[in-house]
Amino acid sequence: MADAGSMINWGLLALEPPGWGGVLLAGLWNSIQIAVGGYGLGLLLGTGGAMGKLYGGPVTKDLLEVYTTLVRAVPELVLILILYYAGTDVLNQISAALGWGPVDVSGLAAGIFVIGVVQGAYSTEVLRGAIKAVPAGQIEAARAYGMSPGQILRRITLPAMLPHAIPGLSNLWLIATKDTALLAVVGFSELTLVTRQAAGATKAYLLFFCAAGVLYLMLTLVSNVLIALIERRYRRGMAEPA
Amino acid sequence: MMSDETVSAIALTELPRKESFFKPHRIVLMGIAALLVFSIVWFMRWDWVPKYSGRLVSGVGVTLLMLASTSIIGFLLAVPIGLVQVTGPWPLKALARGFCTVVRGTPLLLQLWLLYYGLGSLFPQFPGIRNSFLWPYLREAWPYGVAALTISFAAYEGEVMRGAFAGVPAGELEAARAYGMSRFTLFRRIWLPRAVHRALPTLNGETVLQLKSTPLVATITVIDVYAVVSKVRQETYITYEPLLLLALIYLCLTAVLVVGFRYFESKIPTRGA
Repeated sequence: MADAGSMINWGLLALEPPGWGGVLLAGLWNSIQIAVGGYGLGLLLGTGGAMGKLYGGPVTKDLLEVYTTLVRAVPELVLILILYYAGTDVLNQISAALGWGPVDVSGLAAGIFVIGVVQGAYSTEVLRGAIKAVPAGQIEAARAYGMSPGQILRRITLPAMLPHAIPGLSNLWLIATKDTALLAVVGFSELTLVTRQAAGATKAYLLFFCAAGVLYLMLTLVSNVLIALIERRYRRGMAEPA
Repeated sequence: MMSDETVSAIALTELPRKESFFKPHRIVLMGIAALLVFSIVWFMRWDWVPKYSGRLVSGVGVTLLMLASTSIIGFLLAVPIGLVQVTGPWPLKALARGFCTVVRGTPLLLQLWLLYYGLGSLFPQFPGIRNSFLWPYLREAWPYGVAALTISFAAYEGEVMRGAFAGVPAGELEAARAYGMSRFTLFRRIWLPRAVHRALPTLNGETVLQLKSTPLVATITVIDVYAVVSKVRQETYITYEPLLLLALIYLCLTAVLVVGFRYFESKIPTRGA
């Protein structure tokens, strides 16, 4: 048998068109865009959700409980399919009702929406735990100073809960980057799907899946470095965690 | 390191309690929910359910089999992976850490496809493998699904077990040593049971997460309940109803898991509260 070096055709990973490297990097870029968008949307939903769960009325609390329970109990893959079809369907019906005709939803927007709704439930739970860790006296003091609820949120609650939330939120970011791979199932050309296409076209399955694995791993490791920096900054003046 | 809080934020680990459940506004909400369920049952198409019920049940069976086998094998692998990270010699420590980092740093779907398409395309090139007794199994899809899910569970749970082993108070281990227990007896009687006890709440969440990962095996042609529902959708051109039923099935499976773990946790004696 020939030696391993000549068995692997590294030229397949070249950036220019006979090679598939450029396609993989474009897929990675799509994945990162969806992860960033979905994570951001998730944070917005999560902040609102945590606030609603802690300070909302009984009906708001129950509805949010249903939302987080469903998302935490049903596989992401199933949620993604339901949200993907239901989301585009609802949008089409709204636009038909307004007389605009069918809209073409971009895969990127749909992906961000889907990942965002899932991440929203996760970050609701993370942020709720973090807000509960803020000493009640600090919030009462802010109220005693006559701050409005918005001011309390912006000046006291959010900054004070951040050190408690960062470990959970960084895990959610890593989950978001890996959840983008599930969009391959609905046919969005993110990294995992383009890898499979490249592998199928060239029959070099191991090479391409390992290459994509390295790309995902690099994304995770770079994120870990950045997370460590952020964590150090926001933990200034706090006791070292045990 | 994934903390207990993060796991319970992404996997359902407790159910609402009975005593505090009934409140005036909830009766109204439940009325609305009942109306919603009624209209879903009444106005949507469910005539396909009897025809596919047999396949759905066997699909649920495959899902549960996947969950049970991969969690149990994965946990058995996680114990040594966690242990060597706490006390092992450095090459083993580095190996275990590297394994956890790589597996936790890449998507499960990619690992699954790497094993199924990558190794699956590599194996037939070796006559030794083709002639071995394993070959009939290696031509099927499920061994790759079991392997990928097991590896993933071992990596995540290995990290949990590392924390659990490290968190057992040193005094307890010293006491065991003072009693003259051998290293193995100490591990079997004190260290492992205490670590498992500490890891149990996280284990609950990790198992629910594992259940949530099982539908991925449908992408490599294993016929679990997700694959059955996909088949229904292809054959009947119905979009939503099968997916809603699927979500309901997973919801029930998760609830069963949570109740099971709660029972298990209540069986373990603890001092005080």
